[in-house]
Amino acid sequence: MKILVAVKRVIDYNVQIRVKEDGTGVVTDNVKMSTNPPDDNAIEEAVKIKEAGKATEVVAVTVGEEKAQETVRKALAVGADRGIHVKVDGILEPLAVSKILQKIVDKEKPDLVFMGKQAIDDDCNQTGQMLSALLNWPQATFASKIDVKDNKLEVTREIDEGLETIEINVPAIVTCDLRLNEPRYASLPNIMKAKKKPIEEIAATDLGVDVSPRLEQIKVEEPPKRKAGIKVANVAELVQKLKNEAKVI
Amino acid sequence: MAVLLIAEHNNKELRPFTLNAATAASQIDSDLHAVIIGQNSADAAKQLSELPVVKKVLSVEGAHYENFTAENFAPVIVKLAENYSHIVCSANTFGKNLMPRIAAHLDTSQVSDIIKVISPDTFLRPIYAGNAFATIKSNDAKKCVTIRPTSFDPCESTGGSAPIEKVDPSEEFSNTKFIKREEIKSDRPELGTARIVVSGGRGMQSGDNFKLITEIADKLGAAIGASRAAVDAGYISNDHQVGQTGKVVVPDLYIAIGISGAIQHLAGMKESKVIVAINKDGEAPIFSVADYGLEADLFEAIPQFMDELNKLNTIQK
Repeated sequence: MKILVAVKRVIDYNVQIRVKEDGTGVVTDNVKMSTNPPDDNAIEEAVKIKEAGKATEVVAVTVGEEKAQETVRKALAVGADRGIHVKVDGILEPLAVSKILQKIVDKEKPDLVFMGKQAIDDDCNQTGQMLSALLNWPQATFASKIDVKDNKLEVTREIDEGLETIEINVPAIVTCDLRLNEPRYASLPNIMKAKKKPIEEIAATDLGVDVSPRLEQIKVEEPPKRKAGIKVANVAELVQKLKNEAKVI
Repeated sequence: MAVLLIAEHNNKELRPFTLNAATAASQIDSDLHAVIIGQNSADAAKQLSELPVVKKVLSVEGAHYENFTAENFAPVIVKLAENYSHIVCSANTFGKNLMPRIAAHLDTSQVSDIIKVISPDTFLRPIYAGNAFATIKSNDAKKCVTIRPTSFDPCESTGGSAPIEKVDPSEEFSNTKFIKREEIKSDRPELGTARIVVSGGRGMQSGDNFKLITEIADKLGAAIGASRAAVDAGYISNDHQVGQTGKVVVPDLYIAIGISGAIQHLAGMKESKVIVAINKDGEAPIFSVADYGLEADLFEAIPQFMDELNKLNTIQK
């Protein structure tokens, strides 16, 4: 079984987001970037399945600018075998990314495609579902547990009401929840070894996919600020305020 | 062309957020139709027809729709989409799972999780877990939009009498099989929809001490939340995590106890209507978003808080 894992480079989750004054987006210059957190879970799960002898190869793919390759390199350092970097500049919508990934799937013919359930920058939560629609493959979104059984997967999904278990036939798409596993850290020797693993570079323009945006971002602004609160002196005052002023209890 | 709302239900009745999504959909265009796809879901379809904002109900039934599998739902909606300008549903796990599958089939760039309808093609949506708001205009001929339900009030649920029209089912998608659903049976409300959330952070110091949070939550009829630090420390399971990488909550009252207020936690709760912070570090960032801050040792403050709550004659639930 061959597993393709898609990873995205995003602003690190610990960074305070700052909106650009001209309203065109958020500040990304000199800001720490990392792999989208649930994409780390996707890589971890693929590597674990390979370590359990149920997969033969893990290929990490990213779509994005030059520096996006760092996320593939990180995936290689925690156990992916090789990488693919589809190079493209500018804002890409999930629809465009899923069309690019469809081309990579056509070329690589993986049995499974894993990725995070959502990217923490645009918060769209679309790419995995869109890719499975384009491929007409089954989709197991928000996965918190994956059991590989021959040519099937049993996947437990996080849904609002609790948990749902489905069985999907391979080939299939799985989008990963943070609860799926605990991503490992790359050891220094593995980081060194990863530098020798191959990363294939592909220009998005060579894939024949129209990636032009369909959505217009009119402006990006700061969310409304909360009005300053007060400090209360003691618990009795707090409860009185909640009861009589805010009227929430 | 009219707007098509996808109803969320459990085959017996509508799930409550369908009403919030209906409000948002009716703001896009008052010519609103709603589709309900399920098995033996006639009662829920009738309920849908009684929403005054809904002008027509389309009902699709089939055994393969019983468990709301997106692979089965998408083809029906894609076919119906011919007659509609917008396809709308709520951005909970049902809609998040389903809508992109429809959008890709329609070759439409979906607009996810909107919090405001500015015009029929322009919407406001949070990005970076609510740390920025983006105004997005869709230039696609057909628009697929998911709605953040807590940002819209539920519509009226009675008084309407829309006609219910049967629609033929699509074929079954055979590569996905439903096995089971385990609904969390709890006397407490769901974290995502609770009116009050009481959350603990690393300041709780141990999983045992979370009992204190539980007691307060029981008293208030609240859901229990936690910071990522508390989850990472193993005090509580990560389905309680509030924050950018956990759940985003918008309760009427959010009580943060022993939570310093890391950026990624604030992203998950700062839209709450009223925020209380109890922390012994007066400089903790959580105080910057709190309406009511109490600088105190939580191990003294929580028992006092319980005592004070016990003194109240009534508590809203």
